[in-house]
Amino acid sequence: MSFMSYLISGISLGSVYAIIALGYTMVYGIAKMLNFAHGDIIMVGGYVVFIVTSTMGMSPVVGILAAVVVCTILGVTVERVAYRPLRDASPLAVLITAIGVSYLLQNLALLLFGADTKSFTSVITMEPLKLAGGQLLISGETIVTILSGIIVMIGLTLFINKTKTGQAMLAVSEDRGAATLMGINVNKTISVTFAIGSALAAVAAVLYCSAYPALTSQTGAMPGIKAFVAAVFGGIGSIPGAMIGGILLGVIENLSKAYISSQLSDAIVFSVLIIVLLVRPTGIMGRKISEKV
Amino acid sequence: MKRKILSLTLAAAVAASLAACGSSGSTSTTTAAAADTTAAGGETEAAAEEGAAETEAPAADGATWKIGAIGPLTGGTAIYGQAVVNGAELAVNEINAAGGINGYQIEYNSADDENDAEKAVNAYNSLKDWGMQMLVGTTTSNPCIAVADKTMADNMFQITPSGSAVECAANPNVFRVCFADPDQGAASAQYIGEHKLATKVAVIYDSSDVYSSGIYTKFAQEAENQGLEIVAAEAFTADSNKDFTTQLQKAKDAGAELVFLPFYYTEASLVLTQADAMGWKPMFFGCDGMDGILGVENFDTSLAEGLMLLTPFAADATDDLTVSFVTSYEEQYGGTPNQFAADSYDAVYIIKAALEDAGATPDMSVSDLCEALKTSMLNIKVDGLTGSGMTWNEAGEPNKAPKAVKIENGVYTAME
Repeated sequence: MSFMSYLISGISLGSVYAIIALGYTMVYGIAKMLNFAHGDIIMVGGYVVFIVTSTMGMSPVVGILAAVVVCTILGVTVERVAYRPLRDASPLAVLITAIGVSYLLQNLALLLFGADTKSFTSVITMEPLKLAGGQLLISGETIVTILSGIIVMIGLTLFINKTKTGQAMLAVSEDRGAATLMGINVNKTISVTFAIGSALAAVAAVLYCSAYPALTSQTGAMPGIKAFVAAVFGGIGSIPGAMIGGILLGVIENLSKAYISSQLSDAIVFSVLIIVLLVRPTGIMGRKISEKV
Repeated sequence: MKRKILSLTLAAAVAASLAACGSSGSTSTTTAAAADTTAAGGETEAAAEEGAAETEAPAADGATWKIGAIGPLTGGTAIYGQAVVNGAELAVNEINAAGGINGYQIEYNSADDENDAEKAVNAYNSLKDWGMQMLVGTTTSNPCIAVADKTMADNMFQITPSGSAVECAANPNVFRVCFADPDQGAASAQYIGEHKLATKVAVIYDSSDVYSSGIYTKFAQEAENQGLEIVAAEAFTADSNKDFTTQLQKAKDAGAELVFLPFYYTEASLVLTQADAMGWKPMFFGCDGMDGILGVENFDTSLAEGLMLLTPFAADATDDLTVSFVTSYEEQYGGTPNQFAADSYDAVYIIKAALEDAGATPDMSVSDLCEALKTSMLNIKVDGLTGSGMTWNEAGEPNKAPKAVKIENGVYTAME
């Protein structure tokens, strides 16, 4: 029975990684850049919800909407100001810029909100699900996070495969030059990608902060990195891969904490990652890259 | 030869950077909250402070003791420095009113360090120019380490009320009133054992933090002597400090009655929330890093109900000493004194006890006084606000019975 409860807490941690990884993988898959500031956009989303619901006392729905709007604007602005001028620069320059943006956001938050921890009130009021006569508890946050993850995953897949904008995104991700020749506005498509990615960050912020309610300027940093690992694990660029990678990462992390050693859990997680990447370099769901000669 | 010099320099640089890492890692709450230090106008204020804070006229034959105090009087940690300066001043005034030390009155002066190591050295130098013979300070760990090197060079007696990093009292001329960071571990085990709070104990600690893992190591050693059984010792790191459900589940499955949490309140607030979500209600026990949990904005303080934490001083204790201290502190400075004020109040009385034991007089040189006090510190036994029957060892560490507070109805309440 304790195995089941470890498994469930692993899934609940993993579902949070998964929902963050979806945003990472979306932006990477289309814009072919690692947006390391993704985690910090989550942090900003967390603060927006906190201010709207706790400080201004409005309803959680208003808070979530405000977070989505603020994060979307922030994401598009960051893309316009920091990433677009570097579109033709080396990928390394863009990567370093993303890290710079990440620190900028963290320090701005530190300046605005101070270093003290704020306790986030969960916006999810669902009762925990009791199984096996109350011995197993699945919290409302976990259920909502997993459901949201699945909905987002299906929604994104449909959006990319069925809509015109989605097809444009696919085209941009396949070959930017050819897409331009076909009359696709690459800059606009990438802006839309960032808008969607950042809106996903706002959703992730709400779910993440509800599950782990201590909010500081560093809140987004570590889950951002873990979610990036999850995205690579699942196959970066692949939307179902991000979901699977995130949940697997959480489960491996928690089971190694439970049965091997809580001191070594991170080392074990990353060893598994290395082994998976040795066997499947593109990740679990990654596409095979065929080199044409 | 040139290469040798180069390599020595490099080695020194590496050692210095390692030392810097160590000190920043092991700072306690004393410095943890010290995020910002406002630089503007600090030095001029420190200088102005000099003239203003002198309290007592010289004795009949002109000789007086000169005691100085240093702490952050401005900036983000001003609350600590002001408490230290006020607490020491209160003790000095009481001692002077009662006839001084060995028949000589005390002159008292304080200076601002803004919780900055460099400014602390400046503050120390200006107090030295004033004629300081003994130093109460500094308040926070990093400045304290910097000043401790200066006092050792001058061989001046230093007692820090609240510098809790191990390095603060590393020099032979420095003593401290509070427990060193890792010693809180031993003190916690002792407290839990002596008060028979529990026999089956689980520990969750931050293995990536010197403060937390240092406390855990000492706790585990002392737990054995106290007959405590550590049924689960679970770690987390700064990289995975959000989800504690697995650690809590393991502690629960192992049958722990009490969970010891030697880390800061940010993570502790998550631990308490997650334990509550699991429907598990063991006793929780923390160290000084836990102090502040009631101040987390929007935190549901009912989750912290029954939480115990090791702290040297509770303002609502009912013993005569605490009551009279709290009353006169509130009269003179307004506001309830915190543990920093109590620590520095004790520090002045400790100096008094040591000077009396040594039979010292103010005409002795700073260095002679320091030597005499170093010997006397090992002989004296002081009953203070932060512990009764306090004694010191040669390492400068106090030996005293630990005190704890419990959160009841959302406020800290002294435990018997």
